[in-house]
Amino acid sequence: MPAAGFVLEKRKQGEALKKAFEINRAEITDMIKDSGLKGRGGAGFPTGLKMYLCGAAADTIKYVICNADEGEPGTFKDRVILETVPEKVFEGMAITAYVIGAKEGIIYLRGEYEYLKAGLENTLDGMRKNNLLGEKILGGNFDFDIKIVLGAGAYVCGEETALIESLEGKRGEAKNKPPFPVSSGLFCHPTLVSNVETFCNIPHIVTEGAQWFKNIGSEKSAGTKLVSVSGDVKKPGVYEIPFGMKVKDLLKLVEAGNTKAVDIGGASGIVIPESQFDREISFEDIPTGGSVIVFDKTRKMIDVMENFMEFFLDESCGQCTPCREGTKYFVDAVEKIKNGRITDQELKNLRDISNCMKLTSKCGLGQSSTNAFISILDNFKEELLS
Amino acid sequence: MDIYINGKKCKAVQGETILEIAGKNGVRIPTLCYHSDLCLAGNCRICVVDVDGARTLQTACTAMASNGMKIWTNTPRVIKARKMNIQLLLGSHFGECYTCPRNNNCELLKLAEEYGIEELPFPKKGKRTGALEITPSITRDPDKCIMCGRCVRTCEELQGVHAVKPVGRSNDIHIGTFFNQGLMHTSCTMCGQCINRCPTGALYETSCVQPVWDALADPDKYVVVQTAPAVRAALGEEFGMEPGSRVTGKMVAGLRRLGFNKVFDTQFTADLTIIEEGTEFLTRLKRTLVNKEKGLLPMTTSCSPGWIKYIEHFYPELLTHVSTCKSPQQMFGPLAKTYFAEKEGINPAKMITVSIMPCVAKKYEADRPEMNASGYKDVDYVLTTRELAKMMKMAGLDLKDMPVEEYDNPFGISTGAAVIFGATGGVMEAALRTVYEIVTGREIPFKNLDITPVRGMEDVKEAGITIEGVKEEYKFLEGAKVKVAVAHSLSAAKKVMDKVRSGEADYHFIEIMACPGGCLGGGGQPIPTSPEIRKARARAIYEEDEAMTIRKSHENPAIKKLYEDFLEKPNSHKAHELLHTHYLKRKRFDKVK
Repeated sequence: MPAAGFVLEKRKQGEALKKAFEINRAEITDMIKDSGLKGRGGAGFPTGLKMYLCGAAADTIKYVICNADEGEPGTFKDRVILETVPEKVFEGMAITAYVIGAKEGIIYLRGEYEYLKAGLENTLDGMRKNNLLGEKILGGNFDFDIKIVLGAGAYVCGEETALIESLEGKRGEAKNKPPFPVSSGLFCHPTLVSNVETFCNIPHIVTEGAQWFKNIGSEKSAGTKLVSVSGDVKKPGVYEIPFGMKVKDLLKLVEAGNTKAVDIGGASGIVIPESQFDREISFEDIPTGGSVIVFDKTRKMIDVMENFMEFFLDESCGQCTPCREGTKYFVDAVEKIKNGRITDQELKNLRDISNCMKLTSKCGLGQSSTNAFISILDNFKEELLS
Repeated sequence: MDIYINGKKCKAVQGETILEIAGKNGVRIPTLCYHSDLCLAGNCRICVVDVDGARTLQTACTAMASNGMKIWTNTPRVIKARKMNIQLLLGSHFGECYTCPRNNNCELLKLAEEYGIEELPFPKKGKRTGALEITPSITRDPDKCIMCGRCVRTCEELQGVHAVKPVGRSNDIHIGTFFNQGLMHTSCTMCGQCINRCPTGALYETSCVQPVWDALADPDKYVVVQTAPAVRAALGEEFGMEPGSRVTGKMVAGLRRLGFNKVFDTQFTADLTIIEEGTEFLTRLKRTLVNKEKGLLPMTTSCSPGWIKYIEHFYPELLTHVSTCKSPQQMFGPLAKTYFAEKEGINPAKMITVSIMPCVAKKYEADRPEMNASGYKDVDYVLTTRELAKMMKMAGLDLKDMPVEEYDNPFGISTGAAVIFGATGGVMEAALRTVYEIVTGREIPFKNLDITPVRGMEDVKEAGITIEGVKEEYKFLEGAKVKVAVAHSLSAAKKVMDKVRSGEADYHFIEIMACPGGCLGGGGQPIPTSPEIRKARARAIYEEDEAMTIRKSHENPAIKKLYEDFLEKPNSHKAHELLHTHYLKRKRFDKVK
């Protein structure tokens, strides 16, 4: 792990919260804004702005939700955070709640992570005992507590509005935006939803300051990123890298050899060939929620394509036309490519469907589900169509 | 604030959607899952538009306007995306248009035409399975479902019934019922509001057209027909006439030309319902006020079979509150096969009674096992307004060209009080016109007999009338303030019935109709439906009332004669045998097998 690492390091509990109580809410919001912290789930929405919008929403009931529905294929960094430093995530949530005026926090925990629940409950109990959660936190006038709710296995519930629907006991489906959750979220109350890693960064920014944070990373992507590296590498695992790291440097770090392609961003990400390994992992170049999958030269790209497209055929929630109806054609196309029977006209039609899905799908799932197909098609055309 | 649509400045109010503003400014944006009666879904992605600054296209039905917003409704990428989404929907829509009940009235087909779809750029996803779900009222054809979710929203929001939901996901998603057991094993009320809002032929009434043709062609059968009040205010729409066109006489002429032996009016038994139900109401009032009995008030109406099935499922413990009167349709059947058959010397075994209804729940009602007071099935076949139009078209009859003819006697004589049964509040108004006069001997003190507080499209309406100067036998009502409520749509019914259950309601009499607007918005009425269309039909109904010479049920001379000749008096033993019924306590859904 590089020296820049701090996200997975233990720190003194409550220190940031205490400091937050000493400064006023608007200043904390500004601090987060100035730090340039962006959402670590992959979409990269500025966290400070989200805090500001949710804080400004007029309502006596507000919620802070930690999105721990880590479901992107190839991502497992939130699990590691929750196993090693859950208290920092909870403290980040408490600070956020304090800033926006929420009393209730919810961890939406991926169903498959049920085995983490007992440990997390322990941590929460410990924090309650230390008066870092519960009533009159640290003797002040702020009440806040966190409960854990388990997801039920749908990938789409990682999308914040679908997550909220699921929490409300409904079918996990993305909602129309606007209104965004910051103005009307859980049970129609203003709700701030952020990724596990995002919350984990907040205590550090509050104590170390915005400038400290901004000094790490690239120009438009402040801080570090946890990436989950899997595939054909000698040292798979979770790595904390400064934003802006080149793909080839990451490959060196994880001791990848004979690499043919790297998928960045999981099933909804893109797959790049060796000629693009100079590109950076950052919001300005290739963003990722954390998934990095490495393929060496023994791998067939058609298999990668098939795996991802079948994933989406399984996971589309089915409510909107382009995503529900479109995905199947890509799975069919993989079969045709395999059999060497796809025509240029069919490929053109697939691009048209893909564009339509990108432009008109209701949520990020459908908007990004053909990314892998199209990028593999563009970057490995010869292999695929020979 | 101002927004710009295709470069043109348009005024907009906070909270208005792009679709609404475009509509006001004469810019058409195609829609599919949108329906003016329902909340927004934004599922079909047909109404997408370009908005400056937005990465993706925005759905006009859900996107709110913001100041200075620049919207483009017809950019090349918008047209291309809409066309693709239409093609994608067609790719999993299975069935030939020429065999479809929605031939000529299909929103998907219309869009395909508008966007010049010639062929699909990819093979269709499968083939027609032909697996239909057929209930007495509703037929579902899942092959044609395009997952717009209008039926689900109708069932949830408008009706609060929740009989259908999306099940499964991605390509396997479909509209299903509780454990996919089928509508007959759920609390489906058979109201058919889902049919009125389905954009394709995935939902339609279970047809009785063929057996009716067969009966008409059978020289051995004597076929009589009754027509419900709301049909005359809507049938014209099936022939291209404006909503709200009154076509009573033309419809009678058309029915006669189809070969019915007698053309009668359900309004006759609507008047009869008022006498029976009004008398029942006065009895319940007396038993409550004088004998201090419980559980009799408020009394609710019982004309709407969707409402009956709803209360059987959702408030079975309150069934004693429902009037025991059969609906006008079911009063007509036994009277035709007893009183009329005897009078005319017709063998009731050879008589076929057909009713033309704005409703599909009436089909289920006619099939209820207890509906055989005549010794035969009281109402043999129920046709919707749409089915009647189909039969007329098959017979080469254009309603517009029909002469105006009169109903046959004796069941063709009715009053203005009966025609308003077709609109929400109408039964209440008709009942009040009669009950007030029975009790006081004077006309109800409303100008021109129009009881306006119970009219209109508000979902729950309330009114109160103080009764003064009563006749001797109604002394117990002197000075009483009778409170009434009127609800239409089952979600409105829920509001009222929750109050009844909690004891919070102090109503004496409640009218409930399962469908929005009352029968004029019924599940068997012409498609499309909208608040405007229903208002136009209501206008037609109240105009019919105005135009009638007699406007109070108790003044219907044929009804008086019916009691003299046959029924003796209201709520008599014979009346109870033929005209009253009982209800069934039902569960919300059947046990999973």
